[in-house]
This record gives sequence, structure tokens and C-alpha cells, in this order.
Amino acid sequence: MSISLLLEMAASSNPDRTAVVSGEIRLTTSELSELADGGAGVIAASGAQHAAYVGTGGAMLPLLLFSSARAGVAFTPLNYRLSEDGLRQLIDRLPTPLVIADDEYRDVVAGAGKQVISSDEFIDAARSTEPAAEFADPDDVGVVLFTSGTTSKPKAVELTHNNLTSYITGTVEFDSAEPSDAALICVPPYHIAGVSAALSNLYAGRKMVYLRHFDANEWVRLVRDEGVTSATVVPTMLDRIVSVLETEPVALPTLRNLAYGGSKVALPLVRKALGLLPDVGFVNAYGLTETSSTIAVLTPDDHREALAAGDEAVARRLGSVGQPVPSIEVQIRGEDGSVLGPGETGELFVRGEQVSGRYTDIGSVLDADGWFPTKDVAMLDEGGYLFIGGRSDDTIIRGGENIAPAEIEDVLVEHPSVRDCAVVGPEDPEWGQIIVAVVVPAPGVTPDPDELREHVRAQLRGSRTPDRVVFRDELPTNATGKVLRRELVDEFQRSRT
Amino acid sequence: MIKNGTRLQSQVCDTQVIVVRSADSLDDLRAGGVPMVPLDAEKSADAKLDPDFADGNVMGKRYVDENGAEVLVTKAGAGTLSIGTTALNLKEAKPLPASD
Repeated sequence: MSISLLLEMAASSNPDRTAVVSGEIRLTTSELSELADGGAGVIAASGAQHAAYVGTGGAMLPLLLFSSARAGVAFTPLNYRLSEDGLRQLIDRLPTPLVIADDEYRDVVAGAGKQVISSDEFIDAARSTEPAAEFADPDDVGVVLFTSGTTSKPKAVELTHNNLTSYITGTVEFDSAEPSDAALICVPPYHIAGVSAALSNLYAGRKMVYLRHFDANEWVRLVRDEGVTSATVVPTMLDRIVSVLETEPVALPTLRNLAYGGSKVALPLVRKALGLLPDVGFVNAYGLTETSSTIAVLTPDDHREALAAGDEAVARRLGSVGQPVPSIEVQIRGEDGSVLGPGETGELFVRGEQVSGRYTDIGSVLDADGWFPTKDVAMLDEGGYLFIGGRSDDTIIRGGENIAPAEIEDVLVEHPSVRDCAVVGPEDPEWGQIIVAVVVPAPGVTPDPDELREHVRAQLRGSRTPDRVVFRDELPTNATGKVLRRELVDEFQRSRT
Repeated sequence: MIKNGTRLQSQVCDTQVIVVRSADSLDDLRAGGVPMVPLDAEKSADAKLDPDFADGNVMGKRYVDENGAEVLVTKAGAGTLSIGTTALNLKEAKPLPASD
């Protein structure tokens, strides 16, 4: 099945419903479909084998997703924040691409030696070009996304039409939204959440309201002005929205559903957000690029039950990512490959039609039975709730003992003097690695490092106590809130020499 | 066995489906009691909707049989979806909250 069919179905059921609102642009489902037909014509006429996009998204994202699908070529939204050199290196890895760029990025990609067209020119051309209407094979690659490359060279994840449509049809009921429903989309277009937002909201029949440059005040304004009923944010965005609501409390009466994900959200922030928006259903979504977005969901009911629970095991689930979606199987495996039981911590493996696990030039990393190693440290509790303990690459080995930084971070961030923190393991001649806690203090506080170390020692084994506590005004993160641990390690090592 | 992703149409009503998960049983997939044909195939001129298979189907819903076959209705119609004379079952999905 081609992702193109998702748009075809939406356009045939609700042709006149508003599908996209982005700045001045408003498109109904049928207008989006017609424009995508013409856009497919533009891509096909260019002779390109791939479509790449450099820009801030908005209406361009659904338009290019479906134009590419109908032209029978794969689509890659690129990180517009990358340097000229960084972008060129990624573009060079795509086969004969047509590069579509927002005006402000046109100069940045001009020297890449590829066909370039501006977003405005693309839309104009789409209105006047003879439509193309390929129908992709399910196993054709529909979208290629580059991983953020925070630890190594970015990998090109290949998502087939079957991966993407399986995710949508497996997790979203067609046309299930109310006619007045609206989703506010502010996640980056080059992130899997940006791709899945365009597909799932369209399929559900929900108007998509785009916020291309995140700003918490603007986010609040759009929720109110556009009657937004659901939204998805990454941790840094949630933090800023909470700050705005704390300073100037406003009612968001239409908002029913607020999903957060992209990287781990600290529990104190979740509790604060729940307190400020008591009528909103919170959703914690966990997924990876390689799994075509969400594979586990902590639902609004799960949040409420955990908050109200007297039972410690249920209360702890506020820090889980909930239960796997129905179309996904999960296993926790030990270092020897054996499948572990409830309560045991190991590496998360997942399987399902939405799971790609395939990279350009590397091939598939699925095992013989179709399981994908997520490289995330994880545990399932007795009720089947999934707890994620960070990336296995981030594991600190101190004196032969494996330590997951997340375990220490979860404890530290609960200290009233701590606003944010990250635990890293720089190399050490004596221990192999040592535990360094990088702490962002709460406003107006100067925490005592020994008190913070004692706070951790009191709750975890002694070997988990940070060897050093250092302070920083903020943590370096990428656009989806992922902490750039490598930078923190380098910084610490420089300060020691 | 029919390929995943194959699009089929009814010969006797508006129904169109796409094969999400194939199984041998789909070789005898019918709508309105009459075999479904590929989207680009000619419909038989004299085929008629069987009144015993006229309960219709729902746009955007998935239908399954006991062999693991699954089709998605991409255009709804008046005919019942069946394998031979056994009606397909509507796949009930637990609603998930919006997460994208």
C-alpha cells in the first residue's frame, strides 16, 4: 500500500474539510490532493530519483510527502539547521535528488551541484503542471530520514510505504476525528514525528495547524485561535510552555490531548504540566525513526491512574512509556541474547510491520526472526508497562560495573535544587570511566555538590554516587531535546587538562 | 497468493479494498457475493449483487478472516465482504490517543 492512498481516502471522504493551516496557506483535503498530483508532475518532469527538502516545513511537508509518493520517488526532509557543509554531505548521499528549499536556505544548497527549486516555485509549478500518479509498491522506499548523528555519522533510515502505512492503519482509525478537531504540529519536519504527524492527522481527519518556528507564546495563541484539540511537543517545548503558563495562566479549553516524546521528559516537569493543565489528557509517546514513529503509549488514563495510585508499582508508571501499541511485539533481551522476564533490565527488541531496521549502504539490521535491536536499555513491569533507561551506548562502565545514566538522572532531577541534569562517563585512568553529574541548578539556587551526591547515595547503591558534580547554565540539546552527551564529556575532559 | 498492496474492486457495488495482509483464502475474496477483481480489470456486465450479501462495509475499516488475511476498505459499498460464503469480520481496534 502506498502512503498516497491515505490522502486519496481522506480526499474522497471529506474533500472540503480543512486539512492544512500554515501561516497564510489553508488547504482543504481535495486541494492538497490536487496540489500533490501537480507536485508529482513537477518531480517526475525533473527526472530526479529522489526528492529532498530543506526548510521549516508547514504545508510543504504533507505536500512533498504525497507529491514524492505519487511521483514514485523517495522523500527526504533534511535538517535545515545543519551547516552548508553538513547539508551538502547528506545531499551527496541521495541518488539524483531534486532539492526543494525554502527561500532562506536556497543559497545554502545552491552549491551542492543538484537541481534546486524554491518552495514557492514548487507550489506555483505544481498548480500548472500535468499531474503524475504512480502507485508505489508496498516495498518501495517512501521516506529516507537521517538519524541525528549525535554519536556517530548520520545513518539513512529507509522507511517503506508498507512500514508507514502499517503504522498509520495499525494505530489510527480512519476518519475518527470530530469535524472540529485540530492538531498543532510544531515538531521539526526532518524528524520522524514530523512525517508521522502529517500522515496520521490527515488519516484521522484532523485539521493540521503548523507552527514552523516554535515559540511558546505563539503556541498558546494558536491553541486558542485555531481551537486546537491535540498537540505533540518535545521536552524542551513542554518546558517552555509550562514556563509561559506559570507566568501567565491562560485557559486552553479546546485542548484535550497533549503528547510529549522525542526524548525523555523529567518527571518533575510532567507533574508540573499535569498540575497546570488538569483537564488535558497527557500522552507519552515512545518510538524511533527506525520504527516509523510510536511503538508504545502511556495514555491519559495511565497518567491519571499513576498520579492517584497508592500502589508504588502503579505510581512508578508515570515514568514509563506505557504499553506497546497492538501491532508491535516487544522483548527484553539480556547480554547473552536470552529473553528476560518482567522486572529484568536488558536491551529492547521490537518487531512489527511498521519496523524498518534498514539503512542505505548498511542494509537490514533485523535478526533472522525479524526483531530490531533498539539499543535502548529497557524493562517491562508485571503489567506490561515499558520503562526506558536510555541508550545502551550511554552506559557507563565504572570499575567493571554497568551503570545506566538515566537511573541516576531520575533521582537527581527530583532534588529541589536541580532544574535539569545529565550524567556522563568521561574516561578515567583508575576506574575506566567515572560518573559525572552535570547539573543545571534551579533558579536562584547554588546547590552544594556534596548534598546532591548524598541525595543519590541515599536512594541508590553507593557505586551509583556521582564522583563529580559540575554546574552549567543549561544542557546542550538538539532540536528534539536529546542531550548532546559527547559535548559534555569533551568539555569535562578539557577542564581536567 | 495475492500480493500485499493489491487493490481490488467489487463487480457489483462501489466497494474497493487494498490487501494489507495476504493469505491463500483471499483468492476467493468476494463483495456482494461476487468475486472481487483488480482495480484495473473490466467488471462483468451481468454480475448482480446477491441479496444475502448486501450488508455493506465501512470506509477505512479493516476486515479479517481466520487465516490471518486482512483487507482495508478504501471505498465503501453495499456488498458484504466474504471469503466464499463466509463473511469477513470487522477488525475491532482499541482506540489509541493521538500521539503524533
